[in-house]
Amino acid sequence: MAAARKSERLMNLVICLLVARTYVGKEKIREVVEGYRDQSDEAFERMFERDKEELRELNIPIEIGHVERAFEDEPGYRIRRDAFELPEIRLEPDEAAVVGVAARVWQHASLAEATSGALLKLRAGGVDVDSRALAVIEPHLAAQEPSFAPVWDAVVTRTPVTFGYRRPGGQEAQRVLEPWGIVSWHGHWYAVGFDRDREAPRVFRLSRITDEARPAGKAGEYDVPPGTDIRKLTANLAPADPTGVATMLVRVGAGLALRRGADTVEPTGEGWDRISTAYSRLDGFADMVVAHGPDVVVEDPAELREAVVVRLRGLVKGGAA
Amino acid sequence: MTAKQQVERLLALVPYLREREGVRLEDVANDFGVAQKQIQADLNVLWFCGLPGAMPGDLIEVDMEALEGEGVVHIDNTDFLDRPVRLDAHEALALTMALKTLRDVAGSNEREAIDRALAKLEAASGDALATADQVELRVDAADQKVVDTVNDALRHQRRLRLSYFVPARDETTEREVDPMRLVVAEGHSYLECWCYRADDVRLFRLDRISAATELDTPADPPEHAHPRDLSAGLFQPSADDMLATVDLDPHATWVADYYPHENIEERPGGGLRMRLRVSDPQWLVRLVLRLGGHAEVVIPTEIAAEVHEQATKALQAYEG
Repeated sequence: MAAARKSERLMNLVICLLVARTYVGKEKIREVVEGYRDQSDEAFERMFERDKEELRELNIPIEIGHVERAFEDEPGYRIRRDAFELPEIRLEPDEAAVVGVAARVWQHASLAEATSGALLKLRAGGVDVDSRALAVIEPHLAAQEPSFAPVWDAVVTRTPVTFGYRRPGGQEAQRVLEPWGIVSWHGHWYAVGFDRDREAPRVFRLSRITDEARPAGKAGEYDVPPGTDIRKLTANLAPADPTGVATMLVRVGAGLALRRGADTVEPTGEGWDRISTAYSRLDGFADMVVAHGPDVVVEDPAELREAVVVRLRGLVKGGAA
Repeated sequence: MTAKQQVERLLALVPYLREREGVRLEDVANDFGVAQKQIQADLNVLWFCGLPGAMPGDLIEVDMEALEGEGVVHIDNTDFLDRPVRLDAHEALALTMALKTLRDVAGSNEREAIDRALAKLEAASGDALATADQVELRVDAADQKVVDTVNDALRHQRRLRLSYFVPARDETTEREVDPMRLVVAEGHSYLECWCYRADDVRLFRLDRISAATELDTPADPPEHAHPRDLSAGLFQPSADDMLATVDLDPHATWVADYYPHENIEERPGGGLRMRLRVSDPQWLVRLVLRLGGHAEVVIPTEIAAEVHEQATKALQAYEG
């Protein structure tokens, strides 16, 4: 029952501050909100401070101002309705259906909870979210990395984080990051931001964090530089813009992945096609060519040919690993 | 149940009930994902809440008779709480990211609905979505025509003919399949279906389907065709699969991050020794070729020999 009493008190405090036309002084609050009246001065102070904190954690904006006509400079409190309320939102049935599917997406407890919290508020705001629609679509987004939750929080609150980080084959080092964003690619999460030690933007793969990311400063301590483009900063995770054009002989019926992106395909009449295709990163493209073994032979450019030959020699020689 | 959690629910419950006069208790409990008893307890708290001063006429009224008799909820005197609390940054971002994930497998009609919904959410979220561009989902885009055909076939419950690219074998296969569902998991989008070529349930990556045609035949997967349990992980290695040992030098250790393996050992000099299950030997041959000398197959020796042979043949084309 103690919890129920506290719920009543918090609700009445919200309503009191919400309907007030001006800032309400502490003594007035103590007088009108059930549950504060019978407390000693000290107990009331403690209780009131904690209650305000809990309401702020529920995203309820409590403003501090000055009580009018007070003899002294007494602080007062209020909740501005326009900052408190969810604005009017109406969804068409097809929009409500896709929003309903969103409830099934997150396979991470705190993000799943945040999504249901959002849907509940939309329902309360008069939106008929349909969570049974599109039953044959099952989109899942997981986050198994222990540092996912702290890094996500850090992005949302702009809090610097520190963590132990180890690249494959490298030494472990402690890093301090101002995270600008968080990106999912091929089932892995990456944090991108300003690395304080390197004094430059860096991308970190969360699964390579060796401990758990923890705050290394205060919320709102830095700003994301205007014009920061998270997609651009993480571009080398995914195919980038072309930087060169390769000409290759590809055995007929083979090299399907290379043919899919080809600009031209010309049969040479001897069981080979001559294919021309654009590539973005020479090294990655050479790896892909070598994966095809003797079915692909690079003609041009010379540096791609050279990169392929180096790889093949490494394979033939063996023992490199 | 802490008071804070209860207050969070109550602040949504009041406007929810205002919008749905006479709603059944059972439906309320369903929508809020809690027991009916909890909603009853919530209503008992509301009964003591209202305008400051707490005079009888100032408090929220709950029709307890209707609640206990017919199991329906009527509340009154709640004008001061007619809207829920705005979304916080966590809620707005979590929902946005969930919709971006769905967008990846959705047909064109749903995509359009998702974009409209996202725009409305952004407008209603204000500052909470100031960071919307800071969470991203990067995908290997599939052909939208293929995605649309697959969505249509699922909706119409019709059989599909697919051209499917298998990179490990460098070949495109033609298959007839009965679609079961669309799945996004572990960073890729898949069609889960009964495949008549494999005579089994299969997952096909949408970005590897080069063509899809909806047939007139109704989809009729056998009764024993069950969608897989996604919580166990998409691909479970089979005990029948070959066990291989591969040495990776420091340039190739990223491989251990990307492919499931049985175990891993560190080697002097920063390399790794990885043991993994392999269902198709051709897959391993291609992987090791691709690593261009930074990896070596230790076991089985036949695969090591195959890699060596392919590389030697390929090199001849350059060195004559």
